[in-house]
Amino acid sequence: MDLTLKIWRQKKEYEKGAMHAYQIKNIEPDMSFLEMLDVLNQKLINDGVEPVAFDHDCREGICGACSLVINGAPHGPDSGTTTCQLHMRRFNTGDTIYIEPFRGSAFPVIKDLVVDRSAFDRIQQAGGYVSINTSGNTVDANATPIPKPDADEAFNSAACIGCGACVAACKNSSAMLFVGAKVSQYANLPQGKVESKDRVINMVKQMDKEGFGSCTNTGACEAHCPKEISTDNILTLNREYIKSKLNQ
Amino acid sequence: MDKDRQMLSIKEVADMLNVSQKTIRRHISSGKIQSVKLGGIHRISSEEINTLLGPEQLVQVSPCENFPFPNKVPEGPLENKWENHKGSINLVSPANKRNIDIIVVGTGLAGASASATLAELGYNVKAFCFQDSPRRAHSIAAQGGINAAKNYQGDGDSNYRLFYDTIKGGDYRSREANVYRLAEVSGNIIDQCVAQGVPFARDYGGLLDNRSFGGVLVSRTFYAKGQTGQQLLLGAYSALNRQINRGKVEMFSRHEMMDLVLIEGKARGIITRNLVTGEIERHGAHAVVIASGGYGNVFYLSTNAMGSNVTAGWKVYKNGALFANPCFTQIHPTCIPVSGDHQSKLTLMSESLRNDGRIWVPKNKEDVIKIRNKELKPTEIAENDRDYYLERRYPAFGNLVPRDVASRAAKERCDAGYGVNKTGQAVYLDFESAIIRYGKEKAVSSGQNAEDNSLVKRLGKEIIKAKYGNLFQMYEKIVDENPYETPMQIFPAVHYTMGGVWVDYNLMTSIPGCFAIGEANFSDHGANRLGASALMQGLADGYFVLPYTIGDYLADDIKTGPIDTEAKEFKLAEKRVKDFVFNIFKNKSGKPVDYYHKKLGKIMWDKCGMSRNKDGLKSAISEIRNLKKDFYKNVFVPGDMHEYNEELAKAGRVADFLELGELFAIDALDRNESCGGHFREEYQTAEGEALRNDSDYTFVSCWEFQGKDRAPKLNKERLLFESVKLKSRSYK
Repeated sequence: MDLTLKIWRQKKEYEKGAMHAYQIKNIEPDMSFLEMLDVLNQKLINDGVEPVAFDHDCREGICGACSLVINGAPHGPDSGTTTCQLHMRRFNTGDTIYIEPFRGSAFPVIKDLVVDRSAFDRIQQAGGYVSINTSGNTVDANATPIPKPDADEAFNSAACIGCGACVAACKNSSAMLFVGAKVSQYANLPQGKVESKDRVINMVKQMDKEGFGSCTNTGACEAHCPKEISTDNILTLNREYIKSKLNQ
Repeated sequence: MDKDRQMLSIKEVADMLNVSQKTIRRHISSGKIQSVKLGGIHRISSEEINTLLGPEQLVQVSPCENFPFPNKVPEGPLENKWENHKGSINLVSPANKRNIDIIVVGTGLAGASASATLAELGYNVKAFCFQDSPRRAHSIAAQGGINAAKNYQGDGDSNYRLFYDTIKGGDYRSREANVYRLAEVSGNIIDQCVAQGVPFARDYGGLLDNRSFGGVLVSRTFYAKGQTGQQLLLGAYSALNRQINRGKVEMFSRHEMMDLVLIEGKARGIITRNLVTGEIERHGAHAVVIASGGYGNVFYLSTNAMGSNVTAGWKVYKNGALFANPCFTQIHPTCIPVSGDHQSKLTLMSESLRNDGRIWVPKNKEDVIKIRNKELKPTEIAENDRDYYLERRYPAFGNLVPRDVASRAAKERCDAGYGVNKTGQAVYLDFESAIIRYGKEKAVSSGQNAEDNSLVKRLGKEIIKAKYGNLFQMYEKIVDENPYETPMQIFPAVHYTMGGVWVDYNLMTSIPGCFAIGEANFSDHGANRLGASALMQGLADGYFVLPYTIGDYLADDIKTGPIDTEAKEFKLAEKRVKDFVFNIFKNKSGKPVDYYHKKLGKIMWDKCGMSRNKDGLKSAISEIRNLKKDFYKNVFVPGDMHEYNEELAKAGRVADFLELGELFAIDALDRNESCGGHFREEYQTAEGEALRNDSDYTFVSCWEFQGKDRAPKLNKERLLFESVKLKSRSYK
């Protein structure tokens, strides 16, 4: 298939960017979206033009490195899918595809489609852990049975890949789903209970400091989340937050 | 005349091969080296050297007796070695740890867990990764699970059995003491991860669930759906975050290690490139830990992440560390087949699927042809017309034979013309019988009609979905077929590298102060790794081994004081890096980096892949050499060095893969036996099974760098087996 690509090009963080149009031919339906961009980049290099920078690594939908807003949707048109798992059979010849970086003031552009998501790391550093030494001198793994529904719930929250699509999808650039997922994972496990009070306060404080917006319950984050993390996690986050504040 | 072709003198050739001039003269007179006499002087063409270099007599070989580095395996019975060792090695006091800096390169399971634990113990840690966050290291993509000898299922598991399975699975090419220690600490890993809040799968009683993996007869694999690696990495990442928050770990994301710095023979720092600003930086430390993963991307197409590379390990090698068993590569049997030339990477379908999936191809070639022409669906082939070749050849282990065996068996069927997709490079992995089995069980246990086929199938599919849902979904996205209704198509792909930087029992390389952990080292998996053992090794090294053994070395360093990055050694190393980068930019047009990577990958896959032979390996060596020359002459990297430039990062990685690829082939050529993932066509039994040669090859091949364009030196570390008897591996 033959396509027109309109791609955001920006040399550096504080330089002005713009959309550029590129024509691309003979794209096969079995290619992944990123392989289509590889083809474009090889062509650009052959023409002596700098290739389009974009983040990607595992290309199997788990590392969370790939991003892109494709035709207005973070990770493109398919639900429950990262950009790297999106395939060109989803498009038709003659289509024009708009490709932009994830937007959000807490995600500054590094180059072209690459953004800096280190704010997420800093939120995790503020409290996304159980304070236990890694000496191995803990109780036996089966000493504390955990009801299967709780363990499954914790797992569902822990499936977050930290890609930032929730922020990019949100009109407020809120990171509540991301933070909620981490807080819920620990809230559902006995191991996380001990520090639950400080954890949620510290993580929310850091979230606000990074410049993420507030949640207004539009649900866009869940709709675009490639791992289909539920907005129930935001409810848990709010509950944990209020609980901690009231107990202070 | 081709200007690449040079005529060399005997002295030049002798220097290049690191042998005496006498040896060259001897080879000329015996006819082994072809020369031309010009004006009474022998001249040898560079091409002649290319074909000769590497293999056979010309490589300098040092026998086992002269192995220059003690492996430091402690004395005493196997079960007591680690305990005794821990009790007798040197320690660094808490007060002194505060004055010691450690660099960790890589933040996967091994790197993140080591950084966290070292910081917790009191050392100052600087951790580096090329990804934008430590959480994205490729450990995250591991699907199936992690082994531990907990014996929760009461099926007779024990440390010894895990040890024995690993040694046998590795085809008796790993070090006994290291493997036993791995088995010994495996149970602790699970305790630790649960305490950290890793959500492992549980049964209805709230206890941890297990499943079974290839090459073993017990259920010892702990898992978190098909995302075990992700959950374990996030656990290690959380421990790392805790230490970053305490200020004990300084994290450098989007940084690539470009070189190692040695001062007075000790590792004292690294040179990095900031991948965002392009800045070349110096970082000093009292020890350097390499945890940068494996080198499967030398094949271009592999299940590794796009950025996975050998650079850190390779720079260490070029600074004098031994590189062990480079040719030991794991080709994983269940990956999604290649769909076309555009393919950028391959996707694994977890080995856990072989618990419930049956592998087959049609018995009749007519059916194969109809399938390829889409005139017949696999579901229309009668049971009797299917060849469940693993169950046929290996009745005891069936579909759960080790990976190398399963991969070769798939290749054998496809080579014989039974491959089921248009390229002829795919076999079926079929869940039909598992769906029916589970469906019936569920129908009976819930009091429903077990004779109702559609009900049984629906129930069965629900159970399969709960176990492997994300894998099935991933398959459907990539292939556009529904694996609940039609069998998956799979084919082997490069997945893991057992070879790596040589380390002693303390996980120290042959460079004092430089350590290697996780997939980056060679130590535990021999010639083939068992499923769910990579996660185990990464965390064992990082949480429970390195943090203690490193003290043995650092105990002598408490008075050293901060490392001065203005030292001349740092400046020299920085200059080497800058020279490389300037040199790469000298071409203003040419071929993109990917062109070379793909070419290298094709040579590797065709000639150093699932099966290898002498002629193929020899031609691979000379093809790679020519490709390397072409690379430096014609590679084109656009943009400049002072910015985010992915092409530049790729160029550095491919430059190292080109050198590694050559060593890989040299190693494969030298090992005249078949073992584990290394299958030499010349050495097989009448039934096509790998034929080991224990009397000549029970050693680790440890390659030592001898300088640019010189043949490497082969050192051999003898493998002693005191607790297990060497047997021919049988899964029949």
